[in-house]
Amino acid sequence: MKLNLKVWRQKNNKVKGAFKAYSVEASEDMSFLEMMDVLNEKLIADKEEPVAFEHDCREGICGSCNMVINGKPHGPQKGTTTCQLHMRHFKDGDDIVIEPFRAAAFPVIKDLVVDRSSFDSIIQAGGYISVNTGQAPDGNAIPIEKDLAGQAFDAATCIGCGACVAACPNGSAMLFTSAKISHLGLLPQGEVEHTKRVKNMVETMDKEGFGMCSNMGACEVECPKEISIENIARMNRSYIASVFGAAE
Amino acid sequence: MSTIQLQSNSPKGDLATKWTQYRGSMNLVAPNNKRRLDVIIVGTGLAGASAAATMAELGYNVKAFTFHDSPRRAHSIAAQGGINAAKNYQNDGDSTYRLFYDTIKGGDYRSRESNVYRLAEVSANIIDQCVAQGVPFAREYGGLLANRSFGGVQVSRTFYARGQTGQQLLIGAYQALSRQISSGKVKMYNRHEMLDLVLIDGKARGIITRNLLTGQLERHAAHCVVLATGGYGNVFYLSTNAMGSNVSAAWRSVKRGALMANPCYTQIHPTCIPVSGHYQSKLTLMSESLRNDGRVWVPKHIEDAKAIQKGEKKGVDIPEEDRDYYLERRYPAFGNLVPRDVASRAAKIACDEGKGVAPTGLAVFLDFASAIERYGNAEATSRGLKNANVTQLGEEVVAAKYGNLFEMYEKITGEDPYKNPMKIYPAVHYTMGGLWVDYNLQTNIPGLFALGEANFSDHGANRLGASALMQGLADGYFVIPYTIGTFLADEIRTPAFTTDAPEFAEVEREVAERILKLKHVNGSQSVESFHRRLGQIMWEYCGMSRNAEGLKKGRQMIRDLRDEFYRDVFIPGDIEDYNPELEKATRVADFLELGELMMLDALDRNESCGGHFREEYKSAEGEAARDDKNYTYVAAWEWDDNDPSVHKETLQFDNVELKTRSYK
Repeated sequence: MKLNLKVWRQKNNKVKGAFKAYSVEASEDMSFLEMMDVLNEKLIADKEEPVAFEHDCREGICGSCNMVINGKPHGPQKGTTTCQLHMRHFKDGDDIVIEPFRAAAFPVIKDLVVDRSSFDSIIQAGGYISVNTGQAPDGNAIPIEKDLAGQAFDAATCIGCGACVAACPNGSAMLFTSAKISHLGLLPQGEVEHTKRVKNMVETMDKEGFGMCSNMGACEVECPKEISIENIARMNRSYIASVFGAAE
Repeated sequence: MSTIQLQSNSPKGDLATKWTQYRGSMNLVAPNNKRRLDVIIVGTGLAGASAAATMAELGYNVKAFTFHDSPRRAHSIAAQGGINAAKNYQNDGDSTYRLFYDTIKGGDYRSRESNVYRLAEVSANIIDQCVAQGVPFAREYGGLLANRSFGGVQVSRTFYARGQTGQQLLIGAYQALSRQISSGKVKMYNRHEMLDLVLIDGKARGIITRNLLTGQLERHAAHCVVLATGGYGNVFYLSTNAMGSNVSAAWRSVKRGALMANPCYTQIHPTCIPVSGHYQSKLTLMSESLRNDGRVWVPKHIEDAKAIQKGEKKGVDIPEEDRDYYLERRYPAFGNLVPRDVASRAAKIACDEGKGVAPTGLAVFLDFASAIERYGNAEATSRGLKNANVTQLGEEVVAAKYGNLFEMYEKITGEDPYKNPMKIYPAVHYTMGGLWVDYNLQTNIPGLFALGEANFSDHGANRLGASALMQGLADGYFVIPYTIGTFLADEIRTPAFTTDAPEFAEVEREVAERILKLKHVNGSQSVESFHRRLGQIMWEYCGMSRNAEGLKKGRQMIRDLRDEFYRDVFIPGDIEDYNPELEKATRVADFLELGELMMLDALDRNESCGGHFREEYKSAEGEAARDDKNYTYVAAWEWDDNDPSVHKETLQFDNVELKTRSYK
């Protein structure tokens, strides 16, 4: 199949970027990133600079890949990262527009590569349980109801890719932050620090330049791990409680 | 050849108590002194992140490095199936000794007893620690932790978090690390790649890194250096490893005098999605946990296989009596759950006989039909349903257990594995070889330590499933935080190192020259094309089966390819810029040397053991034939551009009897 690509090229964050048109021959069994590999091999053969994009595991779990494909973070297939999207979902002759994740808190580094270290800052603000190595009681000391563990798990499947931020017109990181808050806060081990965690993580999220949530729900639609916006509601309740609730 | 005496430094005494006794009597570093000692940790996967977090908790000043944009991306994240621990929660007779024994046997008696026993011993603590961190392991209805079985064992000791165990464990370690970053005890360097090791007076005292955003070389000094940089499976180009996984940190240390142990021990995982085209960039694993319920088979008759290869028939069209469930037939005691090396070779034999089931002829079936029926009937019975749609009920149970794996399979292949059996084929997955380390996880270079997949010590010639996560976390949480004290206790009077020392300037200059040399080749072929060709040579001559003639040929082909690389590689972009092609080039340059050493090691080991199968050495039934009399040793290689030399650590087995491994 022959595809007409329009790819965002930007040397670095000091200069402006622009779309550039390329055509590429692909086969339907290729992954989207393998199609990009073909393009890059062609560019290198022509002694041009290949398109910079992030990728690593190519199994949909590391969260590295981050392209906006035809206006959608990670492309058209629901619940799928860019690396797991395959070309059989496109047709011969298709036009495909490829851009980086765009958000104030994710500055472009080069081409399709953005800086997502603001996510690390949010986790560092409290996305953990304060337990030193060696302090733990027996793993079965605290039974956890299966469904509750399942809910915590659903939130914990976040891969930190940032599609939620890219999908949000406000560039909000509420889905990412709330998923971590739910994962830890739903478990008895994480409940102890819950209030403090919520306050610190939400404040860091604001400080890092992420926008507010206006309940559009685009984050949930585009999340490759299909994380629910129920987590945002849970976080909002906890945040209000942390601000107006009992003083710590 | 220099004279290096390899001392395992395993403490004396009874196997079962030696770690506890050693830990209780080793030199300690007092808390006020820990604050004055700097530790560099390279790599932030399970081993590196857990080590960095724990050592920071203890008070050391840690500098941690990853080439990723965040520690959360390390390839540990992709591990699917689970983590072993000798908890005996299932009351099925598990014990520390049994886990130890299974690991020694699974490794085909080529690992070090004392290290493996310690691994089994601390395994239980890992589960406790992870649960306390909030790792959402699978649970039973009573709220307690669930287990499943993995290959090569007859107990249920694998803890899991759906098919995402690695992700959940890594996020746990990443969070513990994040907590220490926010406390200021860990200084985190993202997007920094280690390109060389700096020795001062023979001790590891620092590293040279390249800032991958700017291309600038940087010097970092510390009292010691810990490598947790993973394995080197990507030397094969196509593997289940992430695209960025590489050997460079370990290999640059080898070039500074560290020894590479058993580099030829490669794990070929039996259940991966088969190769479908020449453009393919990586292979995807289907978790070993699937072999709990999936049955492996090929058609009995070559005509049926041919029809399937041509697309004229499907797996479901072959009647039961015309299927050969060859693992169940050949290994009745373990059936579909034989260890990985055994299952992989059996698949190769079936395909070599012409019974493969993909257009390429290189695939076997992994079939869930009988599991779906079994679970469906059980569900119908337990819910008291008559005339129920058993298949649908069974599919629901299978989806709950393996849903994300089935989805991934469908995304990649476009086929529905609930309706048609999966097609799978072996692929490179893990490397048991690695930097030689002693009981303290210290390499032969004082002050240089290696953890996790980067070292060689625990898995012998074949790793059992769900043991890589166990080893990474054992090394990081529970071993290195203690054993590093054996080196650092003598360093408390050593002032902090600065990067002004001439040794740093010299190594930095060498790195800069190396990069310039690569860039200045300015040839016509891409880095990727060289990597792909290297992978083909490795797979052909140093893959699932090897022979002397092929290994000699392969070694020469790699040398020729290396010469061509330095004559004709083309690296676009600038050196002092974000430049992924340059990153790849430095990594592939190192793979081109490692590959040669792997051929040499495989050629030197005139026996078959675990993942190392030499066609000349097999039993009458075609099983691997070890030569314990001559090869019960670790081959630790000292690199030399012309003539690498081997140093041997004899393996002592005081607690288990060396037997022919049998899973029949």
